[in-house]
Amino acid sequence: MGEALAAYVAISRLWIRSSLEYPVSFAMMTVGSVLSTGIDFVGIWVMFSHLTTYGGFDLREMGFLYGTSQLAIGFADLVVGNVERIGMQIRLGRLDTMMTKPVPLIVQICADQFALRRVARIVQGSAVLAWAAWGVDWTPARIAVLVLMLTSGAAIFVGLFVSFSCVQFWTSDASELGNAFTYGGASLLEYPLTVFPRRVALGLTFVLPIAFANWYPSLYILGRHDTSGLPHWLELASPVAAGVTVVVTAAVWRLGVRHYTSTGS
Amino acid sequence: MSLIDVRDLARTFVVRKRTQGHPPWRSRTRAEVRAVHDLTFSIDAGEMVGYIGPNGAGKSTTIKMLTGILVPTAGVLRVAGLDPSRQRTDLARRIGVVFGQRTSLWWDLPLRDSFELLQRIYRVDPVRHRRTLAEYVELLDLGDLLDTPVRQLSLGQRMRGDITAALLHDPEILYLDEPTIGLDVVSKGRLREFLRTLNAERGTTLMLTTHDLQDIEALCDRVIVIDRGTAVFDGPLAGLHQREDSRRTLVVDLVDEAPPIEVEGAETRRVDGPRQWLSFPAGQSAAPIVAAVAASYAVADLSIQEPDIEEVIREIYAGP
Repeated sequence: MGEALAAYVAISRLWIRSSLEYPVSFAMMTVGSVLSTGIDFVGIWVMFSHLTTYGGFDLREMGFLYGTSQLAIGFADLVVGNVERIGMQIRLGRLDTMMTKPVPLIVQICADQFALRRVARIVQGSAVLAWAAWGVDWTPARIAVLVLMLTSGAAIFVGLFVSFSCVQFWTSDASELGNAFTYGGASLLEYPLTVFPRRVALGLTFVLPIAFANWYPSLYILGRHDTSGLPHWLELASPVAAGVTVVVTAAVWRLGVRHYTSTGS
Repeated sequence: MSLIDVRDLARTFVVRKRTQGHPPWRSRTRAEVRAVHDLTFSIDAGEMVGYIGPNGAGKSTTIKMLTGILVPTAGVLRVAGLDPSRQRTDLARRIGVVFGQRTSLWWDLPLRDSFELLQRIYRVDPVRHRRTLAEYVELLDLGDLLDTPVRQLSLGQRMRGDITAALLHDPEILYLDEPTIGLDVVSKGRLREFLRTLNAERGTTLMLTTHDLQDIEALCDRVIVIDRGTAVFDGPLAGLHQREDSRRTLVVDLVDEAPPIEVEGAETRRVDGPRQWLSFPAGQSAAPIVAAVAASYAVADLSIQEPDIEEVIREIYAGP
């Protein structure tokens, strides 16, 4: 584990170094990413010039949901976002050369062409979250839940990125499929789950456990309760959901690698 | 136990074919293709083995199973005592792999950075790394290229870079898949020289697949010929000449034109004016045939052609 992490750092550091060789271009790309990923919250903010609450949430509470959703997907995107390029790596035959190196395949794929500009989503998400956190009545328990929420949320999205990318071991041109669930899922989390049909809410809880990335623990931190009749202990179940996601992901990954059939010659 | 042990190895691929005459959602049929089957051989430490065969014979599939990239469908496979597909990352520290048609270097980074990264990935002791690198840079003449991004290197330069990359962790086994493909004559010669030195001085076991039989003649004491997924010959290069279906040719220049020569033990394959070509098994002595011909015909000149290795291999492929 430590070895794998060291290899991840060594590979990604090289790509960071090479991207910083053109500092102006890097800075502009990063600022551009902050603006383009932050545009969603501008939309919510504009919406609130006509509304005072949405699904029972005020602007600051919406900011809390937005910021936590952005941090969860932002961290996963930064660390494992490149996994969706696996189909391309297979087509180029690069997966074969990676498999002959003594570092876990997942580390090599994710660290290859590591893009530091992806911190943009984390930066803007953190800014919105910091502003929103101003309105929260913090207690030690709520701080603990916040920490668990952020780590579990990141782990859940890491799992989704990797699991859906495994489809490419079977059909190497399906990189868009995962996006619907990862980036798409994160967009849903910017809104209170109660505004969606009940079936969607149940799906995001028990099928793809995305709602555990921010919705349930946020209810606890904001001192609110789900009105949909689901048990309250779900608010504290995020680490369990994250654990299950990671275990399932590891199994799917193993299955994919063992199924890998390489390209001709 | 041998360093590489392969017993009854098999790998099947499932392919889906489009078939005519069915609605589109039912137009694909499943078919199994045996890329490798009943393959058995073992290689000892320090050997240099040529692994040859026509396109699609299963060469790359075998190499990919030996390196752990592909999981075998059946059979037993041990490399350095490890099960390649299950202990892939452990095995990776002990082998080097060079794929002639793709690079394991980082395309956009200077050669130097790729080497530095490999030192970290293989966790080679920095002092030893510097020494090994200096040695290979010298041997393969890479000094002026270290700061060049890989994508700007020529094919021959890149190949030298790739071979260095595969050797920096001092592997016991080096697999080379078509290492001389696309190289010019000078580069090929230098590469062969280097590989011979590597084997002689470090005792590195070499297994190479190639289309270029000169690679085999220059490097390998042993050849395994694979055809349609299984080994059809395994032995010393010289042994290929002694196979039953390998034949030598006696070229006879007669004083005058004559009908095809008839002698015991040889058959006349071609007649062109006074010159005739007699074919006989390579394992058989030429002396009685020469004597028989000289006794019955007026001979102006004689010469014997050894079987051409490419010819021999073509015959093996064309075999039963």
